[in-house]
Amino acid sequence: MRVELSFTVNGEPAELRVEPDARLVDVLRDGLGLLGTKEGCGNGECGACTVIVNGRAVCSCLTPALEVEGVDVLTVEGLAGPGAELSDLQQAFVERGGIQCGFCTPGMVMSAHSLLQRNDSPSEGEIRNALTGNLCRCTGYAQIIESVQDAASRLRAKAGKGGGRG
Amino acid sequence: MADLRYVGKDLPRPDAADKVAGRAYYIHDLVRPGMLWGKIKFSEHASARIAHVDTSRAARLPGVRAVITGYDTPEVRIGFLRDNFALKRDRVRQFRDEVAAVAATHPDIAAEAIDLIRVEYEPLPGVFTPEDALAAGAPLVHERDADGRPVTTNLLPVTVKHRSGDLAAGERASKYIVEGEFSTPLIQQACMGTAGCIAEMDTRGNLTMWAKTQIPFLAQRDFIRALEAMGLPGRNARVIVPTLGGAFGTGLDTHAYEYIAILLAHRTGRPVKILYDREEEFANLSPRQSARTRIVQGCDADGHITFRRIEVVQDNGAYTSWGATYPTVMLIPATSLYKVQNVEFEAKIVYTNNTYAQAMRGYGNPEVTWPIECTLDQLAEEAGIDPLELRVRNKNEPGETTPMGLQVTTCGLGECLELAKKKLDWESKRGKQRHLRRGVGVASLVHVGGSGRIYRSDGGGIILKLDDFGNVNVSYGGVEMGQGLHAALTASVAEALGVRPEKVAINPTDTATCPWDVGTHASRGAFIACNAAIRASAKARKKIFALAAEVFADEVKKNLQALIKKSPSYAPPAYDVAAACRADGFELASGVLSLEGAPDEPWLKLDLGRVLRAIHFRGVAGQMVIEEAFYEPPSELPDWSKGVGNMSASYAYGVQAFEVEVDEDTGDVRILHAVSAHDVGRVLNPQALRGQVQGGLAQGVGYTLYEEVKTKDGRVLNPSFTDYKIPTVHEMAFPVDVCFVETNDPAGPFGAKGVGEPGLVPTAPAIASAIWDAVGVRIHDLPITPEKIVRALKEKKAKE
Repeated sequence: MRVELSFTVNGEPAELRVEPDARLVDVLRDGLGLLGTKEGCGNGECGACTVIVNGRAVCSCLTPALEVEGVDVLTVEGLAGPGAELSDLQQAFVERGGIQCGFCTPGMVMSAHSLLQRNDSPSEGEIRNALTGNLCRCTGYAQIIESVQDAASRLRAKAGKGGGRG
Repeated sequence: MADLRYVGKDLPRPDAADKVAGRAYYIHDLVRPGMLWGKIKFSEHASARIAHVDTSRAARLPGVRAVITGYDTPEVRIGFLRDNFALKRDRVRQFRDEVAAVAATHPDIAAEAIDLIRVEYEPLPGVFTPEDALAAGAPLVHERDADGRPVTTNLLPVTVKHRSGDLAAGERASKYIVEGEFSTPLIQQACMGTAGCIAEMDTRGNLTMWAKTQIPFLAQRDFIRALEAMGLPGRNARVIVPTLGGAFGTGLDTHAYEYIAILLAHRTGRPVKILYDREEEFANLSPRQSARTRIVQGCDADGHITFRRIEVVQDNGAYTSWGATYPTVMLIPATSLYKVQNVEFEAKIVYTNNTYAQAMRGYGNPEVTWPIECTLDQLAEEAGIDPLELRVRNKNEPGETTPMGLQVTTCGLGECLELAKKKLDWESKRGKQRHLRRGVGVASLVHVGGSGRIYRSDGGGIILKLDDFGNVNVSYGGVEMGQGLHAALTASVAEALGVRPEKVAINPTDTATCPWDVGTHASRGAFIACNAAIRASAKARKKIFALAAEVFADEVKKNLQALIKKSPSYAPPAYDVAAACRADGFELASGVLSLEGAPDEPWLKLDLGRVLRAIHFRGVAGQMVIEEAFYEPPSELPDWSKGVGNMSASYAYGVQAFEVEVDEDTGDVRILHAVSAHDVGRVLNPQALRGQVQGGLAQGVGYTLYEEVKTKDGRVLNPSFTDYKIPTVHEMAFPVDVCFVETNDPAGPFGAKGVGEPGLVPTAPAIASAIWDAVGVRIHDLPITPEKIVRALKEKKAKE
C-alpha cells in the first residue's frame, strides 16, 4: 500500500515510504521526527502546522504528503543556522516577547519567514495579512507584530551592509 | 531597591529560544517505550440510560490491546463532590459522557475501534437551563449524592453568601437605584495546544503521569485516590508537567480522560497516551462557566454607592469541577470593587444536562464585574455624573478593609483611573462623539494579587540546588503555561541570590523532585514562587557566606600568588584578607563573591563556582549548598457561608478604557484604542508583563464581542475555530496603551503583585460603556454581537 516519497526538507534529501493519503504534518513529525511543526486543529484553521513548500507558507495538516514529491520543504528546524544559531527572525521573537506558551510560535515564525523572504519592508498591514491564518491565544499578537517588524529591520540592516540579500 | 540588576529588566524569557526553534516538547510530542494510544467513546445523548454496550467488534480489531467500559473497570470518582466518574455506567448525563475507551497500537486503529463500539441508549428527559432545572418536578441530573443519599434538587450543595451593612438603610440613602439582569456565556479556553496525557504504571502499581495540569500536587492526590479505587492502595502517583500549550484554567481539575488513560495503562501494562483533537477539545473539554446575574445598585446624589445586591445563577452542567466555586471569587468584586458598605451576595449553582463547565482566567470575576460596572454606568447616567468621575468618587484606597474583610494594603486604582482618562483623552471624548458613532467607556477591576486562599494551604515550596559550576537548579512545583513564570522566577533567583540569570535553570515541574505547591491559579505563580525564591536565596547566601569565611582566604591567596608569578612587580594593596573573611563580611553579586570594602582588585574576587568547589572538595568537611523554602502567604481561608475572610496577601486593581466606533447598519463594533492600566505592585519583567496584559485583553475582547460555545439540548454546535471565533491578528489591530502603576506591595516579591488574570476582567463592561456612549444602546448579555446591537438600535428607534 505504501508509496515512495522523496523530497527535500531543510536542504537535506528525505526518502521514505508513506501511505498514499498521508498528510505532510504526519510525515514531518512521525516519519522524520521533525517535532517543531505543531498540529493545533487538523483543519487548516489555526496555522500552528505552517511550513514552507516551494517558498509558500502552507498548512501541513491540509497538504497531502505526496504533493511535496520532489519539492523543497522548509520547517522551523531549518531556520536556525549552523550550530543551532537562531535566525534574525527567531532572535527577534525571543527579544521582543513574541512567545508565550509557544505552541503557535513555529507556525507563526514560518508565516513571517515566508513574508520576509518576499518583502523585507512590510507594512504593519502586510504583516497582519501574512499572519491571518495563525491563531494565538496568549499574546494578543502585539509583541508578535513587533517581533516581525524588528526582524525586518534586522534583515534590512544586513542587506544595507551588503549582507547577501538581494 | 533602586539597584536591582535583573528584576524590572526586559530579560528574554528562558523558554523562548527553544520554543522559537521548535525544540520545546509538549504532550503532543512525547512518546514512551511501548506506548499505546487511547481513545474515548463519548455519549450521543445528553440524558439517557445506557441499555447495552457491545465492544466485541472493537476488541477483535487487530492492533487493539484493550477495550474498557464502566462495567468492567473499578469505579473511579472525580471532582470535589465526587459526582463524576471516569467511565459511566447505566446513565449518561451530558453529551460528552465517557462510555467506553480503547487502547491500540496506532491512533488510527484506536479511532476505528471506537467507531465499532455499539451503545444502545434509552433517552431520558433532560434539563438544559438552570431555570428548568430548578422548576418543580424537574428531572434530577443526579438522583443520589456521592455517599448514596437521595437528592431532591438540582441545586449544588455549595453555599456562597455574603451580607454586610444595612441594605434597607442603603436603599433609603439612595437617590438613584438601577437594577437589571446580565449574563455571560460559556466560552472555550481555546488553548492552542489541546489536552492530553500519558499514563504509565510500573509493576508495583505506581503511576507516572505526564499531564497538562496546573495543579501537579492536587492531581497527585487525585490520582492516588484513583489508584486506591483500583485496588492499589499505598501506591504513588508521580506527575510530570511537559511544556504546556496554554492552560487558562483548564488545568485546575483532573479530567476523566486522565483516569481513563490510567485504567487503560493498568489493563494493558503499557504506557497509554490520550490526546484530544481540536473537535474533541471543543466538544469534550469543559468550557468556562456561564452565569446569569440579577443586580441592584444604588448611589446618592453625589454618586457615592449606597448598596449593592447581587444574585448569581450558574449553569454548572452535569458534573462539578473546581469551576463551580466561581462564587468564591465573585465575592471579591461584589464586596470590594469600589467602596460599598451595604452588600448582599448569593449564588446558586445548578446542575443541568449541559456540558459541565470549569475554570478559566478570572474565575468568576468577569462574570460579576460585568453587571457591577454596567449598572454603575447606568447610575452615572441617571445621576448626571461623568462615569469615570463616578468611579473616582468611589475608588478604593490603601488601608481600607472591605466588607469581605479584604485588607487593601496598597491600591493604585485612583492612579489607574487617571491614566485611563489621560491616555484616552476622556474629557474631550465622552459624550461628545455620538454624531460619529464613536464612544469611550471605562471599567475597573479588583482581583487577588497575593494568591487566593481556597485550600488549607496556599503555599508553595522551592529548592535551590547549587552545583560545582555555580549553576543554580531551581525546583518549583508551580507550572509555566506560557505566562512567563520562569522569566519572573529566573530574574528573582538571580537577583535574590546574586548570580547571573543565565546560571539559573528552572527544572521541569515534577512532583517527585519539586516541593509541594497548591497550583498555578489565582494569578499566584510569580507571587508565590518569587517569594519562596527570596527566602531560599537568603538561606543559601547565609550558608555560602559562612563556609566562604573558611575557604575564601586560601583561594584568593592562590590568585595573588599566580598574579605575582606573572607580574613580579605587582604590589598588592595593604589588606588583611583573613581578618576580613567573616560570614557577615561577604558580598555576592552576579555570581562573583567578594569582601565588602575590599580593594577593587580582580584577585580578591571569586567566581561562585570556584567558591562552591572549594566548599565541596574539603575532604570530610565538604558540603553542598542546597536550600529550600516554603512560602505560605499571610491570608485567611474565608468562611464561604458568610463570605468573609482576607483571602489574599494583596489585591490587584486596574482599569481598562476603550474607544469604539459602531456601524449602526451592521452592528459591527470597531475598537479604535484601548488603555489597560494596572496596579502591579512592581514590574518584574516589563515585556512579559505587557504580554500578559495584552493577551488577557485579547481574550476579553473575544469574550465581549463574539465568543460563545453554542449548544442545543446539551450538544456543542460549534466545535471548531471556523464556527467558534477567537480574535485573530486582524481583530487586535488597534493600539493598546499598557500602563503600570507601581505601589510596591509589602507582601510582594520585590513589591510585585500577581497580574495574570486581570487583563480580561473589566474588558466587557468597558467596551459596553463605549458602545453606549457611541450609539446609546446597552446590551446585557454577552457576547455583544452585531445582531444584538442592530436589534437594540431598532428597539431604541421604535421607542423614540
